[in-house]
Amino acid sequence: MAELTYRSAVAHGIAQEMRRDPSLVMLGEDIGPAGGVFKTTVGLWDEFGPERVRDTPISEQAILGAAMGAAMTGIPVVAEIMFSDFLPVCFDILSNEIAKARYMSNGQLAMPLVVRCANGSGVRFGAQHSQSLENWCMMVPGLKVVAPSTPVDMVGLMAAAIRDPDPVVLFEHKSLMASKGEVPDGEVLDTLGTARTVRPGTDVTIVALALMVPRALEAAEILAQEGISAEVIDLRSLVPLDMASILESVRRTSRLVTVEENPQLCGWGAEIASIVAHEGFWDLDGPVLRVTTPHVPLPAADVLEDEAVPSVDRIVDTIRANWD
Amino acid sequence: MPENHYADRPPRTPPPLNAANADLNIDREVRLQLYRRLQELRQVGNRLHELFFQNLVRGTSHLSLGMEAVSAGFGAAMRNDDYSLATYRGHAHTLSRGASMEGVIAELLGRDNGLMRGKGGSMHLVDVENGMLGSYGIVGSNLPIANGAAWSAQLRGSGQVTVCFFGDGGANIGAFHEALNLAAVWELPVVFVCENNLYMEYTPIDLVTAVEHPAASRASAYGLEEIVIDGNDVDEVYTCAQRVIERARAGAGPSLVEAITYRLGGHSRADMAKYRPEAEVEAWQGHDAIELYHRRLLSLGVGEAELTAVATDVAAQVNAATDAAKAGPPPPLEEVHTQVFADGGSSWRN
Repeated sequence: MAELTYRSAVAHGIAQEMRRDPSLVMLGEDIGPAGGVFKTTVGLWDEFGPERVRDTPISEQAILGAAMGAAMTGIPVVAEIMFSDFLPVCFDILSNEIAKARYMSNGQLAMPLVVRCANGSGVRFGAQHSQSLENWCMMVPGLKVVAPSTPVDMVGLMAAAIRDPDPVVLFEHKSLMASKGEVPDGEVLDTLGTARTVRPGTDVTIVALALMVPRALEAAEILAQEGISAEVIDLRSLVPLDMASILESVRRTSRLVTVEENPQLCGWGAEIASIVAHEGFWDLDGPVLRVTTPHVPLPAADVLEDEAVPSVDRIVDTIRANWD
Repeated sequence: MPENHYADRPPRTPPPLNAANADLNIDREVRLQLYRRLQELRQVGNRLHELFFQNLVRGTSHLSLGMEAVSAGFGAAMRNDDYSLATYRGHAHTLSRGASMEGVIAELLGRDNGLMRGKGGSMHLVDVENGMLGSYGIVGSNLPIANGAAWSAQLRGSGQVTVCFFGDGGANIGAFHEALNLAAVWELPVVFVCENNLYMEYTPIDLVTAVEHPAASRASAYGLEEIVIDGNDVDEVYTCAQRVIERARAGAGPSLVEAITYRLGGHSRADMAKYRPEAEVEAWQGHDAIELYHRRLLSLGVGEAELTAVATDVAAQVNAATDAAKAGPPPPLEEVHTQVFADGGSSWRN
């Protein structure tokens, strides 16, 4: 058992898989000797060399195109797009090509690749380096979407994403990079599409993702002091989506709150609310609540960014205000 | 704007035929195979055109009528395990790798015996077994993807070469430049082939391009040789293809070839192509790839009867493929939900 930071868990997970599979390669901007702008790939270039850890020009279409062409001819790939905000630069390759190749070829083409990117708010970078774009990827048929919140999940879900035969977009949250957690020795392998109950409760189910998970946990602690027992589910994966865990929890708590870093309009919580309204309707004792960023580009100033993104206080206040 | 909006422009005529190409050192058998391939591509193209007007091909389609020599010449110079990537105008490129005519025609008819059982359609032909890694509907997207296939071959040391076809319009999109740069930096075994048919959809390419040759004039920006060939002379294409493919296979890196050619028809099904100067169309009809090659083979001593026999044989083949394609049932409706993910289905939740 070792204590790792979330940031070092990224390289830890990739290294585990590169040792296991000598054909696995990675590419991206500044991932080699520089170790990544978030230091998430430190040590990989030293261990695996420039053939397997390739620095690229600032050419996002070239990066994902190379990843796709290699993956569909038998070479598994981990591609880094430095910030998720840069995904729109290569969204043709991601959404039109990578996502659809298997379907359009009727299964002739396989796509064993992972696209990793730094995602989310908290570093005061403004509207083009702070977005939460997991819902953009979630809505594209053919893509899988993962967003770990802890170091051990990062290692296990990275390994699962790399071994998955389908394209997976893995979001690494910028504000969690320095967080720490225990990671077991030896191989760590998780399962995509499995949510985790990180705090049991009986009165309300809070579903959260990535940075919103520690905030939901903190909110649950405060609510507990007021006599409200909140169950917190770390969603971990948007596609596949573990609806069974959410519906099972709502059956017991009868209330659902989603905490989302994306703007409200078409955020992932809307889909979950819709499914629960349909399949869990008779279990509900109150309206489904969504705590989200408002429909704005993210502002840069710290006070404004903190106002926009769901905070512990806003989660607590939203639940408290809707409590009978 | 009237339909004939560019008809008064000065015609852009074909390059003069290079008579010396008759003396190129190409085996008689190879030349006859090239002729057969040209016949196949032309006759399948004509058949697809007929099938549109019988309303048997739904949606749109983009034919390579007039442009067959480029894919035929490259296809003949490729190893069986080499990779091809084409654009939405990709029927000829797919057939040039040996894909079944029935599979191609049936895919356009939306039948279960289509290459992708109707899931891809006219713009997305794929035949991995024959090295055809796909026809890409978004202009320019296939160039960065071709790099990946070439990178994979480089990593595996397989000696495979990737040939990526694109149009003159594709040379003005960002992906072209990103791909060329990376291919040059990584010295990838890839050949980019621009089929310059002089029109970016309905617009003359010279009106929207800063340089004379949309692809070749940019080669020097990536440290590559400027190569412009007559894309209607299949001997010239084949010889060039052999050279650049061998160069890539030897580890000497990428090449960029611009083949000048012409569409005999419109951009797509809906386009009657009346915007082109009549004299231009006539000049290119006089520089038709198949007629040029027919005359060359006669001049090299091949008998008219032998060439006629090839054309007749191909016609029978195309008829049989058409009948087989038409006989195919539509795909089962449950096919809508298959092959989104590797488990064979489309399920995104439990």
